[in-house]
Amino acid sequence: MNVIRSNSFQLDWIAVIIFTTLVIFGYFNILSASTSGEFTSYLDITKPYGKQLMFMIGSLILITVILTVDAKFYERFASILYLGSIFSLIGLFVFGKQINGATSWYDFGGLTLQPSEFAKFATALALAKYISDLQTNIKERRDQIRAGILVGLPAILILLQNDAGSTIVFGSLFFVFYREGIPQYYLLFGVFLTILGISTLKFSAIATNSVIAVLLLFYQFFIKRKKKKFRGTIAILLCSICLSFGVEWAYTKVLQKHQQDRIGLWLRLEKDPEKLQAMKRNISYNLNESEKAIRSGGTFGKGFMDGTRTKGKFVPEQHTDYIFSTVGEEWGFFGSSMVVILFVLLILRIVYLAEQHKSQFSRVYGYGVASILFAHFLINIGMVMGLIPTIGIPLPFFSYGGSGLWAFTILVFIFLKLDSNRLNVW
Amino acid sequence: MRKILLFGMVILTGVSFIARLFYLQIYESADYDLNNDNAIRKVFHYPKRGYIYDRNDSLLVANQPSYDVMVIPREVEPLDTLMFCDLLKIDRLKFLKYYKRAKRYSPRLPSVFLPHLSKEDYAFLSENLRKFKGFYIQKRSVRDYQTSIGANVLGYIAEANAKDIKKDSYYKLGDLIGKQGVEISYEKTLRGIKGVKYIQKDIYNRDIGAYKDGAFDTLPVPGKDLKITIDSELQAYGELLMQNKIGGIVAIEPSSGEILSLVSAPSYNPNLLVGRERSKNYTTLYLDSIHRPLIDKGLVRMHEPGSPFKVLVALTALQEKVIKTNTNLFCSGQYVYGKNKRTMQCHCGGGYRNLDSAISYSCNSYFAMAFRNTIEKYDNSSQSMDIWSDHIKSFGLGAFLGNDLSVGKKGNIPDGSYYDKWYPEFKWGATTIISNAIGQGEILVTPIQLANMTAAIANKGFYFTPHIMKAIENEEIIPDFKIPKQTSIDPKYYEPIIEGMYNVYNKGTASFLKVPGIEICGKTGTAENFTKVDGVRQQLTDHSIFIAFAPKENPKIAVAVLVENGRYGARWAGRVASLMIEKYIKGEVSLKRMEQLVIEKSLENEYLKPYSGKPFKINDQ
Repeated sequence: MNVIRSNSFQLDWIAVIIFTTLVIFGYFNILSASTSGEFTSYLDITKPYGKQLMFMIGSLILITVILTVDAKFYERFASILYLGSIFSLIGLFVFGKQINGATSWYDFGGLTLQPSEFAKFATALALAKYISDLQTNIKERRDQIRAGILVGLPAILILLQNDAGSTIVFGSLFFVFYREGIPQYYLLFGVFLTILGISTLKFSAIATNSVIAVLLLFYQFFIKRKKKKFRGTIAILLCSICLSFGVEWAYTKVLQKHQQDRIGLWLRLEKDPEKLQAMKRNISYNLNESEKAIRSGGTFGKGFMDGTRTKGKFVPEQHTDYIFSTVGEEWGFFGSSMVVILFVLLILRIVYLAEQHKSQFSRVYGYGVASILFAHFLINIGMVMGLIPTIGIPLPFFSYGGSGLWAFTILVFIFLKLDSNRLNVW
Repeated sequence: MRKILLFGMVILTGVSFIARLFYLQIYESADYDLNNDNAIRKVFHYPKRGYIYDRNDSLLVANQPSYDVMVIPREVEPLDTLMFCDLLKIDRLKFLKYYKRAKRYSPRLPSVFLPHLSKEDYAFLSENLRKFKGFYIQKRSVRDYQTSIGANVLGYIAEANAKDIKKDSYYKLGDLIGKQGVEISYEKTLRGIKGVKYIQKDIYNRDIGAYKDGAFDTLPVPGKDLKITIDSELQAYGELLMQNKIGGIVAIEPSSGEILSLVSAPSYNPNLLVGRERSKNYTTLYLDSIHRPLIDKGLVRMHEPGSPFKVLVALTALQEKVIKTNTNLFCSGQYVYGKNKRTMQCHCGGGYRNLDSAISYSCNSYFAMAFRNTIEKYDNSSQSMDIWSDHIKSFGLGAFLGNDLSVGKKGNIPDGSYYDKWYPEFKWGATTIISNAIGQGEILVTPIQLANMTAAIANKGFYFTPHIMKAIENEEIIPDFKIPKQTSIDPKYYEPIIEGMYNVYNKGTASFLKVPGIEICGKTGTAENFTKVDGVRQQLTDHSIFIAFAPKENPKIAVAVLVENGRYGARWAGRVASLMIEKYIKGEVSLKRMEQLVIEKSLENEYLKPYSGKPFKINDQ
């Protein structure tokens, strides 16, 4: 196949337009959420909106660099980028700066960087490189474990810095493994564990396992063909009992108090409505305020810069993790649905483009990008609207923060660079 | 399957997010209401309340600043309590009590520490205020009465209660609202419209600027000044005459229906209901169950009209052509009627009576005859009674007058069905209800209705709805008050009646009340009355009632006077009426002896009798 130079810049414009729209709309929401009283200049870098503008310019530079660099570079240097990010994560234990209880930042004289954000694309690249290696067969257990360690290492380092939210994001790379052919039972096990876990916490381990036992007995005697073989059924039951108590143990012993409270509140473990209200006000104060702000937006919203709850700073951390509540309040149902739809379209577009690739590296990386974006989208917006327990991770392109914006820009544009190059021979 | 898992999950998530947004923002959320947003503080700016002037443009009610000491407990720093208490003229215990009350309400929000500081206290305190962190002074506007009369007419304002606030969302806790008199009936005119500023708050309840740069803010609209029909000099004089008596005077200008004075006795100084002693004073007034100073007796005291009502009985009989002006009757000192030869006493002195002398000497027998003839005109007494009742009601009796006063009573004028209900089996007739002929029986009126009736007679057949409002900021309004209401009596029948009323003064029951130089037409009245003390019905000394208008030609004033338990019409009510008429028409009073007699007379003993717990005599003084 011919090498066509001009293809280097054949970007997928749909993805680029959605990306740009989200970033710019995000900026305006940060502007609204962080303006307080004396507005001086859009470039006022003592204010989040001023900084975000700088970060956006930084992104633009990054995009230019990413698109200029040869596509092959990313595959070749995936391991080095990965190692670099691992070292930067380890370095945090020595040089890290603590903000909000998590030791996740380097402080370069005012500019703080969060290596965990960058670790996401590095891990996605490394995973793509490992899986696409001719010697790797992800269907084999040995390679599954190796790939698992590849993902698990940064995830655990981040967890140790007390940033559980970002760790969960790495879990989303399961979609990559699944797409590349790991056995079905991983998925089944995942679904089973989720249902079992929720049921255990909500109703207790004994009740859950009693129901499972009854279901298994029913299966054994009425559906299963080989009715006399009990071993499999008993193994499942024992396994579920162990898991169930494991979940209970983890919930009470491993999780920190605030994590327990968040999950407890989400599952409505407290029955007394008055106590529940009190919990809502105290434990999930942010969520309560953010839901109120979104609700008050109504169908069409109160208009840009006119959100009364946004202006009054009723929602803490509104310009970072809770930025979506500003969208909800000021732009209403239509505005926030638009944002949801744009995210869905962007992620689907990336999945679609990834599927088109002949190169396994690009495909795996594309899947990784989509999975990471999806995890952030699901967790952040789900949290802000009270659909899932509170987990503090940013909304891509929207939330205030240089590391986040740059890391997501790099994440997406490396893929778009790979994508623009897909017709080329490697 | 492997290719669509992520795809499907993304779409599923998107759909559930939009569903959740729909639930939160459309299904669950009411329309956004600026007034219910707790991120917005509303600050009200109260307009000036309208002044009240009398008909001669003398200022009766103005405004004065009132200073409330406010406190924000959280900002209070240790202070010299002794000095502070001295300045405010309170003791330490009270200081602690007020402070705790404020703290309980909210440590962060301002609340009233001590209301209604006097001007002097304010001056001393404001000099030293910087020493007391957390305290500040808030200025409010309260009423400033330039007069001590007319409390019942002017009314008062007070903080809106829960009921007021529920009825009209304009009012917020702490707002002032008219509670009586003109203040209530012209509340909306006087109060104006308060302005509102929407201020954006932050999470700590601090103000962070105007909401939308004040796009929704409004400016206060000042209340309009009111000119009322009251002649304050006449009003003051009426209150002076009525001192130590219970009752009311209503004086109306017949040619316009304007109320010249509306005296309710005993009254109170309106200044009592302003300032720090307000609630104490109010309670005292409210609890005085003998004198009921807060009740406007001219408007709501229902009583039997007594003899003044005979004038209407006569007019009705003339209109129905059942008597003529020259109809004669021999009065034997009693009127005998019915099968059982029942009698009605008459105090006219006896002899031949025609219409004129029947009025002047208030002959019971004559009007019993006139009434009987009216009711027996048709075979069906119920039908005749309806006709009679309609005539009487055309004088504004038995129904609300539809005036611009906040209180009133309908009174009672019975009609045919009224007695049909009373006597479902028995065939009632004129003699059954003969007491009505002399203004007793089932007739009930209020003093203002009597005055209005007098005005209608003075006008020979029409009246204007009595009203208190003359002009709002010099712009005359309420056209309904300018339309004459016709009575159903032909004007020609008024001549002999007025002549009779003139003779009441000239030679009849009020001949000793003559005012030199003024031709007064009047009618005395005495009404039996009862009260219940501890559940026992007891008769009290008769009410003294009088109606009059003057001059006979082109009448300028029509007046009705009720002096409760004044024994007989000419005795107190008549004197008061004559003095009021002279005062209004001449501007000064020549009947000095009569004036002195009235002013000095106290009926207090009479009022205390039923509460003494001992047996008492009536009509003895």
